[in-house]
Amino acid sequence: MALLSFKGGVHPPEKKELAEHKEIKVLPLPEKVYIYTTNHIGAPAKILVEPGQKVKTGQKIGEANGFISANIHSSVTGEVVEIIKMTNAASGSKNDVIVIQRTGDDEWDFIPNHGDYSKKSPKEIIEIVKEAGIVGLGGAMFPSHVKMSIPEGKKADYLIINAAECEPYITIDHRMMLEKSKEIVKGIKIIMHATGVNKAYIGIESNKPDAIEKMKEAVSGEPIEVKVLKTKYPQGAEKQLIYAITKKEVPSGGLPLDVGAIVFNVSTIYAIYEAVEKGKPLVERGITLTGEGVKNPGNFIYRIGTLAKDLLDYVGLVEEEKIDRILYGGPMMGIPLPNIELPTFKGNNALTVMTKDVAPDKELFPCIRCSKCVQVCPINLMPYLLKMQVEKREYDKALEYGLMDCIECGSCSYACPAGIELVKSFKTGKKVARALKGRAKK
Amino acid sequence: MKLNVAAAPHLRSKDSVRAVMVDVLIALIPSVIVSTWVFGLRALWIMLYTMILAEVMELFIMKVLRKQKNFKPDGSASVTGLLLAMNLSLAVNWWQILIGTFAAIVLGKHVYGGLGKNVFNPALIGRVFMLISFPVAMTTWYRPFYYKFDTITTATPLAILKEKGIDSLSNWSDYTISLKSLFVGTVPGSIGEVSALALLIGFIYLVVRGRIKIWIPVTYISTVFVIASIFYLVDPTKYASPLFHLLAGGLMLGALFMATDMVTSPMTVKGQIIFGLGLGLITMVIRLFGGYPEGVSFSILIMNALVPLIDIYAKPRIFGTTRGGK
Repeated sequence: MALLSFKGGVHPPEKKELAEHKEIKVLPLPEKVYIYTTNHIGAPAKILVEPGQKVKTGQKIGEANGFISANIHSSVTGEVVEIIKMTNAASGSKNDVIVIQRTGDDEWDFIPNHGDYSKKSPKEIIEIVKEAGIVGLGGAMFPSHVKMSIPEGKKADYLIINAAECEPYITIDHRMMLEKSKEIVKGIKIIMHATGVNKAYIGIESNKPDAIEKMKEAVSGEPIEVKVLKTKYPQGAEKQLIYAITKKEVPSGGLPLDVGAIVFNVSTIYAIYEAVEKGKPLVERGITLTGEGVKNPGNFIYRIGTLAKDLLDYVGLVEEEKIDRILYGGPMMGIPLPNIELPTFKGNNALTVMTKDVAPDKELFPCIRCSKCVQVCPINLMPYLLKMQVEKREYDKALEYGLMDCIECGSCSYACPAGIELVKSFKTGKKVARALKGRAKK
Repeated sequence: MKLNVAAAPHLRSKDSVRAVMVDVLIALIPSVIVSTWVFGLRALWIMLYTMILAEVMELFIMKVLRKQKNFKPDGSASVTGLLLAMNLSLAVNWWQILIGTFAAIVLGKHVYGGLGKNVFNPALIGRVFMLISFPVAMTTWYRPFYYKFDTITTATPLAILKEKGIDSLSNWSDYTISLKSLFVGTVPGSIGEVSALALLIGFIYLVVRGRIKIWIPVTYISTVFVIASIFYLVDPTKYASPLFHLLAGGLMLGALFMATDMVTSPMTVKGQIIFGLGLGLITMVIRLFGGYPEGVSFSILIMNALVPLIDIYAKPRIFGTTRGGK
């Protein structure tokens, strides 16, 4: 059978072998956690605690503040020591961080009313998901309860489970499927129940045959189908995934719901299962600690707010001189850390430690119009032209040529034989274009 | 620990512009071998001489005039040099080549700002410059294997067709003009254009390596084939066969290696198809009605000028939009 896919994309080295066979281990509890008030897209959570206050694991310490926002919870049992400002590596801006010192083992504060989902109304389930502070754990960190609340007049036809995991190095979703397949299927059924969807597809790349096998087994008899995708980056990008499975294009500037789809990532589904069935707020999640710079790469469950340094201490790093960069996420879209004294947040599915020999500087040449960037762009943009427009500050033109449609997957930069940093200029261009638009409105 | 915070993606392909140029040079090796076999060592010397001249000129421009101390040759000058040599007649002498190479590297490339910025194919700028400046040398053709015979010069198949008519092709006494000889390359012509076979081998190599804008040669050659077929079907006693038009003259060299020059051709598939159609049309208009026997060089230069326009009008439909906007 032909594998499902989309047009464009690249084939970076997969590097999954570093961690794909390592069973998920639960990391020991951290001594101190640092919890951002913006552990999600949208407005920062309103802080509910003050220094000196004792908190339990799972206790709500920040409340969703606005329509697109999410609750935050203490990920350990201990005492709030201080509230400080720290740079959020994801956004680059400074955010409030609640610092909690652990004083003992977990004393859980569970969500009320949790339990058998089939006896609950969709509204009650969405309320639990909201209460649990669940956001998109694939990295986007969009509040899940907002996604599950289908606006009036719209209808979701199918649920798509993003299990492509196309980023090199990262293996946590792969391991989750192998080790938690039953729980994930239950999570899928919970979401279907809450959204009124009666068909679900699990999209998995062909390079994870064991996960495909395992999930096929787990979904037998359910209205859930496993779809095998071509191993190609960025197969897990939302629009590309929806296209590969349904052959429908999410309209430019639109949402998956516009083509009747809602998309959840594997880890998010597991978190929803844990919240609804067990009453656990989102205080821990799975992560892959990997890269040539890590001594013992593997997959782990960690508490949100643990410092990157504490996670890396556990797996050990190679000699400092060999390390080039450390990323939140994988090498294609990952965020480089300026230092490792930074806390993790809900969207962290990986810490990738890259060594100098893997991430060498590329020799720069002028653009020779080879058209590689045009060939690989999954959105059908003309990256070379967009870059010229951004450089010349012709933002109106760049917008007309689809600047805002760029999904920042990095395929063009990856493929460019001239070593030109195309995506970097699109990110800057988007920021400027947005700012200009804001100014024009005023 | 000092961490690098360079922008994503943090993995890059190992590909480079230099590797692209090396692949083009490798693809031209079969043609270099056939040219040397048909036209002797003189052909080989011309090719080497032009390549070296081109590299030396580029080094001088980059290091001395443009003060790029760290400049390392990227191979693009060698490609221009070799392609220019392949477009020359054996009759040109050393100082004519020197002037031609100067035209290619300076007028064809560096006046525009160097690699990637030129509008026209630099090798063709060099060739056309020489064609205008040294018309006699540039149109004096050596017969194949001339080094074994007493007579040296003759006419090319396309020139015979243009001047003496189609009947002369079948009973040309000087050497055989069969489709086979045209395919293998044992006919007179520019140094590197005679062997369709050798050029096709190089083309396949570039396709396998993903180094070529494949729609350009496909549409260019098909367009020539279709137009030639129409005329041939109308009057086979007056017009040459479509296969003759494909194999004779510089069409193969032009379609496979000159029109596909990355810098001077469109980037989108749609654009490449438009480009190829235009090339085929102009080539056939010149061949059938023009004053020159051969229209490949001019068609490519004319279409080169249209590339910026084609690129804009042939932009692909953005994912998630309908044709003509949202």
